[in-house]
Amino acid sequence: MSDVLSSYPLLLRGAWVTIQLTVYGSALALVLAFVFGLMGGARSAWVRAVGRVYVEFFRGTATLVLMYWLFYALPLIGFRFAPMFAAVLALGLNVGAYGAEVVRGAVKAVPKAQFEATIALNMRPWQRLRRVLLPQAVALMLPPFGNLLIELMKGSAVVSLISIADLMLRAQQLRQSTGQTTAVFLVILVIYFVIAQVLQLLVRYMERRADIMLGRRPGRAARSALDTLGAAK
Amino acid sequence: MIWDWHFAGKILPDLLRGLVVTVEATLLGYAVALVLGLLWAVLRRSPSRVVNQVVRWVVEFIRSTPLLVQLFFLFFALPSIGLTFSALVTGVIGLGVHYSSYTSEVYRAGIADVPAGQWEATTALNLPRRRVWFGVVLPQAVRKVIPTLGNYLIAMFKDSPLLLAITVPEMLHSAYDVGAKSLRFLEPMTIVGVLFVIVSVLSSLLLRRLEFRYGNN
Repeated sequence: MSDVLSSYPLLLRGAWVTIQLTVYGSALALVLAFVFGLMGGARSAWVRAVGRVYVEFFRGTATLVLMYWLFYALPLIGFRFAPMFAAVLALGLNVGAYGAEVVRGAVKAVPKAQFEATIALNMRPWQRLRRVLLPQAVALMLPPFGNLLIELMKGSAVVSLISIADLMLRAQQLRQSTGQTTAVFLVILVIYFVIAQVLQLLVRYMERRADIMLGRRPGRAARSALDTLGAAK
Repeated sequence: MIWDWHFAGKILPDLLRGLVVTVEATLLGYAVALVLGLLWAVLRRSPSRVVNQVVRWVVEFIRSTPLLVQLFFLFFALPSIGLTFSALVTGVIGLGVHYSSYTSEVYRAGIADVPAGQWEATTALNLPRRRVWFGVVLPQAVRKVIPTLGNYLIAMFKDSPLLLAITVPEMLHSAYDVGAKSLRFLEPMTIVGVLFVIVSVLSSLLLRRLEFRYGNN
Protein backbone atom coordinates (compact mmCIF):
# COMPACT_ATOMS: atom_id res chain seq x y z
CA MET A 1 0.00 0.00 0.00
CA SER A 2 2.76 2.46 0.91
CA ASP A 3 4.47 1.85 -2.44
CA VAL A 4 1.29 2.88 -4.13
CA LEU A 5 0.73 5.94 -1.96
CA SER A 6 4.32 7.11 -2.35
CA SER A 7 3.94 7.23 -6.12
CA TYR A 8 1.08 9.67 -5.87
CA PRO A 9 2.56 12.22 -8.37
CA LEU A 10 1.99 9.66 -11.11
CA LEU A 11 -1.61 9.16 -10.07
CA LEU A 12 -2.18 12.89 -9.76
CA ARG A 13 -0.92 13.41 -13.31
CA GLY A 14 -3.32 10.71 -14.44
CA ALA A 15 -6.19 12.28 -12.54
CA TRP A 16 -5.39 15.62 -14.16
CA VAL A 17 -5.71 14.04 -17.63
CA THR A 18 -9.01 12.46 -16.58
CA ILE A 19 -10.28 15.86 -15.45
CA GLN A 20 -9.13 17.49 -18.70
CA LEU A 21 -10.94 14.83 -20.73
CA THR A 22 -14.06 15.38 -18.66
CA VAL A 23 -13.96 19.15 -19.15
CA TYR A 24 -13.29 19.07 -22.92
CA GLY A 25 -15.67 16.19 -23.51
CA SER A 26 -18.50 17.82 -21.61
CA ALA A 27 -17.91 21.17 -23.35
CA LEU A 28 -18.27 19.48 -26.73
CA ALA A 29 -21.25 17.44 -25.50
CA LEU A 30 -22.94 20.60 -24.20
CA VAL A 31 -22.64 22.38 -27.54
CA LEU A 32 -23.87 19.33 -29.49
CA ALA A 33 -26.70 18.79 -27.01
CA PHE A 34 -28.00 22.33 -27.50
CA VAL A 35 -27.59 22.34 -31.28
CA PHE A 36 -29.25 18.99 -31.91
CA GLY A 37 -31.68 19.24 -29.01
CA LEU A 38 -33.05 22.54 -30.32
CA MET A 39 -33.17 21.04 -33.81
CA GLY A 40 -35.28 18.24 -32.35
CA GLY A 41 -37.90 20.80 -31.38
CA ALA A 42 -37.82 22.72 -34.66
CA ARG A 43 -40.89 23.25 -36.80
CA SER A 44 -39.40 21.97 -40.05
CA ALA A 45 -39.62 18.19 -40.38
CA TRP A 46 -36.24 18.05 -42.15
CA VAL A 47 -34.41 19.82 -39.34
CA ARG A 48 -36.13 17.55 -36.83
CA ALA A 49 -35.06 14.49 -38.80
CA VAL A 50 -31.41 15.56 -38.70
CA GLY A 51 -31.65 15.91 -34.93
CA ARG A 52 -33.27 12.48 -34.62
CA VAL A 53 -30.65 10.76 -36.78
CA TYR A 54 -27.83 12.21 -34.72
CA VAL A 55 -29.46 11.16 -31.45
CA GLU A 56 -30.40 7.65 -32.56
CA PHE A 57 -27.04 6.96 -34.15
CA PHE A 58 -24.80 8.15 -31.35
CA ARG A 59 -26.99 6.82 -28.59
CA GLY A 60 -26.84 3.46 -30.31
CA THR A 61 -23.06 3.14 -30.58
CA ALA A 62 -20.81 2.32 -27.67
CA THR A 63 -18.25 4.99 -26.82
CA LEU A 64 -15.44 2.49 -27.01
CA VAL A 65 -16.49 1.27 -30.46
CA LEU A 66 -16.71 4.86 -31.66
CA MET A 67 -13.30 5.62 -30.21
CA TYR A 68 -11.72 2.56 -31.82
CA TRP A 69 -13.34 3.49 -35.10
CA LEU A 70 -12.00 7.04 -34.96
CA PHE A 71 -8.60 5.88 -33.84
CA TYR A 72 -8.02 2.74 -35.92
CA ALA A 73 -10.35 2.87 -38.91
CA LEU A 74 -10.47 6.52 -39.95
CA PRO A 75 -6.69 6.97 -40.38
CA LEU A 76 -6.91 4.35 -43.15
CA ILE A 77 -9.09 6.61 -45.24
CA GLY A 78 -6.92 9.61 -44.60
CA PHE A 79 -8.19 11.20 -41.37
CA ARG A 80 -5.65 10.96 -38.61
CA PHE A 81 -6.50 12.24 -35.16
CA ALA A 82 -4.33 12.71 -32.13
CA PRO A 83 -5.44 10.19 -29.49
CA MET A 84 -6.66 12.94 -27.17
CA PHE A 85 -8.74 14.47 -29.95
CA ALA A 86 -10.28 11.12 -30.91
CA ALA A 87 -11.13 10.47 -27.27
CA VAL A 88 -12.75 13.86 -26.69
CA LEU A 89 -14.66 13.53 -29.96
CA ALA A 90 -15.98 10.08 -29.08
CA LEU A 91 -16.98 11.07 -25.54
CA GLY A 92 -18.54 14.33 -26.68
CA LEU A 93 -20.51 12.84 -29.57
CA ASN A 94 -21.83 10.05 -27.41
CA VAL A 95 -22.84 12.06 -24.36
CA GLY A 96 -24.04 14.89 -26.60
CA ALA A 97 -26.68 12.55 -28.02
CA TYR A 98 -28.07 11.87 -24.55
CA GLY A 99 -27.81 15.57 -23.76
CA ALA A 100 -29.77 16.47 -26.90
CA GLU A 101 -32.69 14.38 -25.63
CA VAL A 102 -32.48 16.18 -22.30
CA VAL A 103 -32.52 19.60 -23.99
CA ARG A 104 -35.44 18.65 -26.22
CA GLY A 105 -37.41 17.29 -23.26
CA ALA A 106 -36.68 20.31 -21.09
CA VAL A 107 -37.71 22.86 -23.71
CA LYS A 108 -40.90 20.89 -24.30
CA ALA A 109 -41.59 20.81 -20.56
CA VAL A 110 -41.72 24.62 -20.22
CA PRO A 111 -45.42 25.46 -19.78
CA LYS A 112 -47.17 26.14 -23.07
CA ALA A 113 -48.55 29.45 -21.82
CA GLN A 114 -45.02 30.83 -21.61
CA PHE A 115 -44.54 30.17 -25.30
CA GLU A 116 -47.90 31.66 -26.17
CA ALA A 117 -47.05 34.75 -24.13
CA THR A 118 -43.87 35.29 -26.15
CA ILE A 119 -45.94 35.25 -29.33
CA ALA A 120 -48.46 37.63 -27.82
CA LEU A 121 -45.58 39.96 -26.97
CA ASN A 122 -44.39 39.73 -30.57
CA MET A 123 -40.95 38.42 -29.71
CA ARG A 124 -38.66 37.18 -32.43
CA PRO A 125 -37.86 33.43 -32.37
CA TRP A 126 -34.38 34.04 -30.99
CA GLN A 127 -35.73 36.32 -28.24
CA ARG A 128 -38.32 33.73 -27.25
CA LEU A 129 -35.62 31.17 -26.79
CA ARG A 130 -33.04 33.40 -25.18
CA ARG A 131 -35.27 35.41 -22.83
CA VAL A 132 -38.09 33.08 -21.89
CA LEU A 133 -37.81 29.42 -22.83
CA LEU A 134 -34.15 28.62 -22.19
CA PRO A 135 -33.81 30.22 -18.74
CA GLN A 136 -36.66 28.04 -17.53
CA ALA A 137 -35.58 24.97 -19.48
CA VAL A 138 -31.99 25.15 -18.21
CA ALA A 139 -33.19 24.73 -14.64
CA LEU A 140 -34.90 21.51 -15.71
CA MET A 141 -31.82 20.31 -17.59
CA LEU A 142 -29.36 20.66 -14.74
CA PRO A 143 -30.14 17.49 -12.75
CA PRO A 144 -29.98 15.14 -15.77
CA PHE A 145 -26.92 17.02 -17.05
CA GLY A 146 -25.29 16.32 -13.70
CA ASN A 147 -25.84 12.60 -14.17
CA LEU A 148 -24.47 12.76 -17.69
CA LEU A 149 -21.40 14.64 -16.49
CA ILE A 150 -20.59 11.83 -14.09
CA GLU A 151 -21.28 9.25 -16.80
CA LEU A 152 -18.83 11.07 -19.04
CA MET A 153 -16.20 11.21 -16.33
CA LYS A 154 -16.61 7.47 -15.77
CA GLY A 155 -16.64 6.81 -19.49
CA SER A 156 -13.33 8.60 -19.85
CA ALA A 157 -11.60 5.60 -18.25
CA VAL A 158 -11.87 3.74 -21.56
CA VAL A 159 -9.43 6.17 -23.23
CA SER A 160 -6.66 4.21 -21.55
CA LEU A 161 -7.41 1.53 -24.16
CA ILE A 162 -6.20 3.87 -26.92
CA SER A 163 -3.09 4.63 -24.86
CA ILE A 164 -3.92 8.02 -23.35
CA ALA A 165 -2.20 8.42 -20.01
CA ASP A 166 -5.28 8.99 -17.86
CA LEU A 167 -5.78 7.78 -14.31
CA MET A 168 -6.63 4.27 -15.49
CA LEU A 169 -3.49 3.91 -17.61
CA ARG A 170 -1.33 5.26 -14.79
CA ALA A 171 -2.84 2.62 -12.55
CA GLN A 172 -1.88 -0.07 -15.05
CA GLN A 173 1.69 1.24 -15.12
CA LEU A 174 1.81 1.32 -11.35
CA ARG A 175 0.44 -2.19 -11.17
CA GLN A 176 3.20 -3.43 -13.41
CA SER A 177 5.95 -1.65 -11.49
CA THR A 178 4.78 -2.44 -7.94
CA GLY A 179 2.82 -5.65 -8.43
CA GLN A 180 0.26 -4.50 -5.86
CA THR A 181 -2.80 -4.91 -7.97
CA THR A 182 -5.51 -4.72 -5.36
CA ALA A 183 -4.07 -1.67 -3.62
CA VAL A 184 -3.55 0.24 -6.88
CA PHE A 185 -7.07 -0.30 -8.10
CA LEU A 186 -8.59 0.44 -4.69
CA VAL A 187 -6.74 3.76 -4.60
CA ILE A 188 -7.85 4.84 -8.05
CA LEU A 189 -11.42 3.73 -7.38
CA VAL A 190 -11.37 6.11 -4.43
CA ILE A 191 -9.91 8.90 -6.59
CA TYR A 192 -12.64 8.44 -9.17
CA PHE A 193 -15.23 8.45 -6.41
CA VAL A 194 -13.88 11.72 -5.02
CA ILE A 195 -13.92 13.36 -8.46
CA ALA A 196 -17.51 12.22 -8.96
CA GLN A 197 -18.58 13.61 -5.59
CA VAL A 198 -16.95 16.97 -6.33
CA LEU A 199 -18.70 17.13 -9.71
CA GLN A 200 -21.97 16.35 -7.97
CA LEU A 201 -21.48 19.18 -5.47
CA LEU A 202 -20.74 21.52 -8.36
CA VAL A 203 -23.95 20.59 -10.14
CA ARG A 204 -25.97 20.97 -6.92
CA TYR A 205 -24.53 24.47 -6.54
CA MET A 206 -25.53 25.33 -10.09
CA GLU A 207 -29.02 23.97 -9.48
CA ARG A 208 -29.37 26.26 -6.48
CA ARG A 209 -28.14 29.22 -8.51
CA ALA A 210 -30.63 28.49 -11.26
CA ASP A 211 -33.49 28.26 -8.76
CA ILE A 212 -32.52 31.58 -7.21
CA MET A 213 -32.24 33.18 -10.65
CA LEU A 214 -35.78 32.08 -11.46
CA GLY A 215 -37.07 33.23 -8.08
CA ARG A 216 -37.99 29.72 -6.98
CA ARG A 217 -35.79 29.96 -3.93
CA PRO A 218 -34.82 33.07 -1.97
CA GLY A 219 -31.32 34.38 -2.71
CA ARG A 220 -28.90 35.51 -0.05
CA ALA A 221 -30.13 39.10 0.03
CA ALA A 222 -33.75 37.98 0.28
CA ARG A 223 -32.91 35.43 2.94
CA SER A 224 -31.18 37.94 5.18
CA ALA A 225 -34.09 40.34 4.69
CA LEU A 226 -36.46 37.57 5.77
CA ASP A 227 -34.26 36.85 8.76
CA THR A 228 -34.33 40.46 9.94
CA LEU A 229 -38.08 40.52 9.46
CA GLY A 230 -38.35 37.39 11.57
CA ALA A 231 -36.10 38.92 14.24
CA ALA A 232 -38.21 42.10 14.31
CA LYS A 233 -41.35 40.20 15.08
CA MET B 1 -7.52 2.33 -49.05
CA ILE B 2 -11.12 1.75 -49.97
CA TRP B 3 -13.89 -0.41 -48.68
CA ASP B 4 -13.55 -4.07 -49.70
CA TRP B 5 -16.85 -5.93 -49.72
CA HIS B 6 -15.21 -9.30 -50.26
CA PHE B 7 -13.06 -8.88 -47.16
CA ALA B 8 -16.06 -7.61 -45.21
CA GLY B 9 -18.01 -10.75 -46.11
CA LYS B 10 -15.13 -12.96 -45.11
CA ILE B 11 -14.75 -11.53 -41.62
CA LEU B 12 -18.48 -11.31 -40.87
CA PRO B 13 -18.80 -14.84 -39.36
CA ASP B 14 -15.97 -14.06 -36.91
CA LEU B 15 -17.65 -10.84 -35.86
CA LEU B 16 -21.02 -12.53 -35.47
CA ARG B 17 -19.44 -15.11 -33.18
CA GLY B 18 -18.19 -12.14 -31.15
CA LEU B 19 -21.70 -10.71 -31.16
CA VAL B 20 -23.00 -13.95 -29.61
CA VAL B 21 -20.53 -13.59 -26.74
CA THR B 22 -21.50 -9.93 -26.35
CA VAL B 23 -25.19 -10.80 -26.13
CA GLU B 24 -24.49 -13.68 -23.76
CA ALA B 25 -22.47 -11.50 -21.41
CA THR B 26 -25.10 -8.77 -21.53
CA LEU B 27 -28.02 -11.06 -20.74
CA LEU B 28 -26.25 -12.89 -17.92
CA GLY B 29 -24.99 -9.60 -16.48
CA TYR B 30 -28.49 -8.20 -16.73
CA ALA B 31 -29.86 -11.12 -14.71
CA VAL B 32 -27.27 -10.41 -12.00
CA ALA B 33 -28.11 -6.69 -12.08
CA LEU B 34 -31.84 -7.34 -11.73
CA VAL B 35 -31.46 -9.63 -8.71
CA LEU B 36 -28.71 -7.68 -6.94
CA GLY B 37 -30.41 -4.35 -7.58
CA LEU B 38 -33.58 -5.65 -5.99
CA LEU B 39 -31.56 -6.81 -2.99
CA TRP B 40 -30.00 -3.34 -2.59
CA ALA B 41 -33.38 -1.66 -2.89
CA VAL B 42 -34.99 -3.88 -0.27
CA LEU B 43 -32.03 -3.45 2.09
CA ARG B 44 -32.36 0.33 1.70
CA ARG B 45 -35.79 -0.03 3.35
CA SER B 46 -34.27 -1.83 6.30
CA PRO B 47 -35.22 -0.31 9.66
CA SER B 48 -31.60 -0.45 10.79
CA ARG B 49 -29.84 2.85 10.15
CA VAL B 50 -26.47 1.17 9.83
CA VAL B 51 -27.57 -1.27 7.11
CA ASN B 52 -29.36 1.56 5.39
CA GLN B 53 -26.42 3.94 5.25
CA VAL B 54 -23.86 1.27 4.44
CA VAL B 55 -25.90 0.05 1.48
CA ARG B 56 -26.50 3.62 0.36
CA TRP B 57 -22.79 4.48 0.21
CA VAL B 58 -21.76 1.17 -1.27
CA VAL B 59 -24.24 1.67 -4.09
CA GLU B 60 -23.14 5.29 -4.53
CA PHE B 61 -19.53 4.15 -4.71
CA ILE B 62 -20.24 1.48 -7.30
CA ARG B 63 -22.25 3.91 -9.36
CA SER B 64 -19.74 6.74 -9.42
CA THR B 65 -16.64 4.76 -10.34
CA PRO B 66 -15.86 3.56 -13.88
CA LEU B 67 -16.92 0.09 -14.94
CA LEU B 68 -13.56 -0.46 -16.61
CA VAL B 69 -11.69 0.05 -13.36
CA GLN B 70 -14.09 -2.24 -11.54
CA LEU B 71 -13.58 -4.93 -14.16
CA PHE B 72 -9.81 -4.73 -13.77
CA PHE B 73 -10.19 -4.77 -10.03
CA LEU B 74 -12.29 -7.95 -10.16
CA PHE B 75 -10.07 -9.53 -12.78
CA PHE B 76 -6.90 -9.06 -10.76
CA ALA B 77 -8.13 -8.92 -7.18
CA LEU B 78 -10.47 -11.92 -7.09
CA PRO B 79 -7.72 -14.45 -7.90
CA SER B 80 -5.53 -12.95 -5.16
CA ILE B 81 -8.16 -13.88 -2.56
CA GLY B 82 -8.47 -17.35 -4.03
CA LEU B 83 -11.49 -16.95 -6.31
CA THR B 84 -10.60 -17.80 -9.88
CA PHE B 85 -13.20 -17.37 -12.59
CA SER B 86 -12.98 -17.32 -16.34
CA ALA B 87 -12.75 -13.90 -17.97
CA LEU B 88 -16.35 -14.13 -19.14
CA VAL B 89 -17.69 -14.89 -15.65
CA THR B 90 -15.64 -12.04 -14.19
CA GLY B 91 -17.05 -9.77 -16.87
CA VAL B 92 -20.60 -10.87 -16.12
CA ILE B 93 -20.08 -10.24 -12.41
CA GLY B 94 -18.57 -6.83 -13.15
CA LEU B 95 -21.34 -5.75 -15.48
CA GLY B 96 -23.99 -7.11 -13.13
CA VAL B 97 -22.64 -5.45 -10.01
CA HIS B 98 -22.08 -2.14 -11.77
CA TYR B 99 -25.57 -2.01 -13.22
CA SER B 100 -27.16 -3.23 -10.00
CA SER B 101 -26.39 0.24 -8.66
CA TYR B 102 -28.59 1.70 -11.40
CA THR B 103 -31.39 -0.88 -11.17
CA SER B 104 -31.53 -0.46 -7.40
CA GLU B 105 -32.45 3.20 -7.90
CA VAL B 106 -35.17 2.16 -10.33
CA TYR B 107 -36.61 -0.39 -7.92
CA ARG B 108 -36.38 2.15 -5.12
CA ALA B 109 -38.53 4.57 -7.07
CA GLY B 110 -40.99 1.76 -7.78
CA ILE B 111 -41.21 0.76 -4.13
CA ALA B 112 -41.64 4.37 -3.04
CA ASP B 113 -44.52 4.59 -5.48
CA VAL B 114 -46.53 1.82 -3.80
CA PRO B 115 -49.36 3.59 -1.94
CA ALA B 116 -48.98 3.82 1.83
CA GLY B 117 -52.37 2.12 2.20
CA GLN B 118 -50.88 -1.10 0.85
CA TRP B 119 -48.23 -1.07 3.57
CA GLU B 120 -50.80 -0.30 6.23
CA ALA B 121 -52.99 -3.13 4.98
CA THR B 122 -50.14 -5.63 5.33
CA THR B 123 -49.67 -4.46 8.90
CA ALA B 124 -53.38 -4.70 9.59
CA LEU B 125 -53.44 -8.23 8.17
CA ASN B 126 -50.38 -9.09 10.21
CA LEU B 127 -48.62 -10.57 7.18
CA PRO B 128 -45.16 -12.01 7.70
CA ARG B 129 -42.35 -9.92 6.22
CA ARG B 130 -41.68 -12.29 3.38
CA ARG B 131 -45.29 -12.04 2.19
CA VAL B 132 -45.30 -8.28 2.62
CA TRP B 133 -42.47 -8.06 0.09
CA PHE B 134 -43.17 -10.92 -2.29
CA GLY B 135 -46.96 -10.97 -2.08
CA VAL B 136 -47.84 -7.28 -1.94
CA VAL B 137 -45.12 -4.67 -2.46
CA LEU B 138 -42.80 -6.08 -5.10
CA PRO B 139 -45.43 -7.28 -7.59
CA GLN B 140 -46.83 -3.74 -7.70
CA ALA B 141 -43.48 -1.97 -7.58
CA VAL B 142 -41.70 -4.06 -10.21
CA ARG B 143 -44.53 -4.00 -12.73
CA LYS B 144 -44.40 -0.25 -12.87
CA VAL B 145 -40.69 0.00 -13.51
CA ILE B 146 -40.34 -2.67 -16.21
CA PRO B 147 -39.87 -0.14 -19.06
CA THR B 148 -37.24 1.81 -17.12
CA LEU B 149 -35.39 -1.38 -16.30
CA GLY B 150 -35.41 -2.22 -19.99
CA ASN B 151 -33.41 0.92 -20.80
CA TYR B 152 -30.56 -0.40 -18.72
CA LEU B 153 -30.43 -3.55 -20.83
CA ILE B 154 -29.52 -1.39 -23.82
CA ALA B 155 -27.09 0.70 -21.78
CA MET B 156 -25.43 -2.48 -20.62
CA PHE B 157 -25.21 -3.87 -24.11
CA LYS B 158 -23.29 -0.79 -25.09
CA ASP B 159 -20.90 -1.12 -22.17
CA SER B 160 -20.13 -4.75 -22.95
CA PRO B 161 -17.21 -3.92 -25.33
CA LEU B 162 -15.30 -2.95 -22.20
CA LEU B 163 -14.99 -6.66 -21.52
CA LEU B 164 -12.34 -6.83 -24.22
CA ALA B 165 -9.97 -5.19 -21.74
CA ILE B 166 -10.12 -8.32 -19.59
CA THR B 167 -9.68 -10.59 -22.63
CA VAL B 168 -13.29 -11.69 -23.13
CA PRO B 169 -13.62 -12.59 -26.84
CA GLU B 170 -16.57 -10.28 -27.49
CA MET B 171 -17.35 -8.49 -30.75
CA LEU B 172 -14.95 -5.53 -30.58
CA HIS B 173 -12.23 -7.92 -29.47
CA SER B 174 -12.74 -10.11 -32.53
CA ALA B 175 -12.79 -7.00 -34.73
CA TYR B 176 -9.51 -5.87 -33.26
CA ASP B 177 -8.02 -9.33 -33.75
CA VAL B 178 -9.11 -9.45 -37.37
CA GLY B 179 -7.73 -5.97 -37.91
CA ALA B 180 -4.42 -6.72 -36.27
CA LYS B 181 -3.95 -9.86 -38.37
CA SER B 182 -4.86 -8.36 -41.73
CA LEU B 183 -3.86 -4.77 -40.98
CA ARG B 184 -7.26 -3.69 -42.25
CA PHE B 185 -9.17 -1.93 -39.52
CA LEU B 186 -11.68 -0.04 -41.59
CA GLU B 187 -14.04 -2.93 -42.39
CA PRO B 188 -14.10 -4.76 -39.02
CA MET B 189 -14.49 -1.56 -36.96
CA THR B 190 -17.19 -0.19 -39.21
CA ILE B 191 -19.13 -3.47 -39.24
CA VAL B 192 -18.98 -3.66 -35.45
CA GLY B 193 -20.26 -0.10 -35.18
CA VAL B 194 -23.12 -0.84 -37.54
CA LEU B 195 -24.01 -4.09 -35.76
CA PHE B 196 -24.10 -2.21 -32.47
CA VAL B 197 -26.47 0.39 -33.85
CA ILE B 198 -28.69 -2.29 -35.41
CA VAL B 199 -28.99 -4.32 -32.22
CA SER B 200 -29.56 -1.21 -30.06
CA VAL B 201 -32.20 0.22 -32.34
CA LEU B 202 -33.98 -3.14 -32.63
CA SER B 203 -34.01 -3.63 -28.88
CA SER B 204 -35.24 -0.10 -28.30
CA LEU B 205 -38.16 -0.80 -30.66
CA LEU B 206 -38.89 -3.93 -28.64
CA LEU B 207 -38.74 -1.87 -25.47
CA ARG B 208 -41.19 0.63 -26.83
CA ARG B 209 -43.70 -2.23 -27.17
CA LEU B 210 -42.97 -3.34 -23.64
CA GLU B 211 -43.55 0.21 -22.45
CA PHE B 212 -46.83 0.27 -24.29
CA ARG B 213 -47.93 -2.92 -22.55
CA TYR B 214 -46.92 -2.06 -19.00
CA GLY B 215 -46.77 1.72 -19.17
CA ASN B 216 -50.39 2.58 -18.63
CA ASN B 217 -51.15 0.56 -15.57
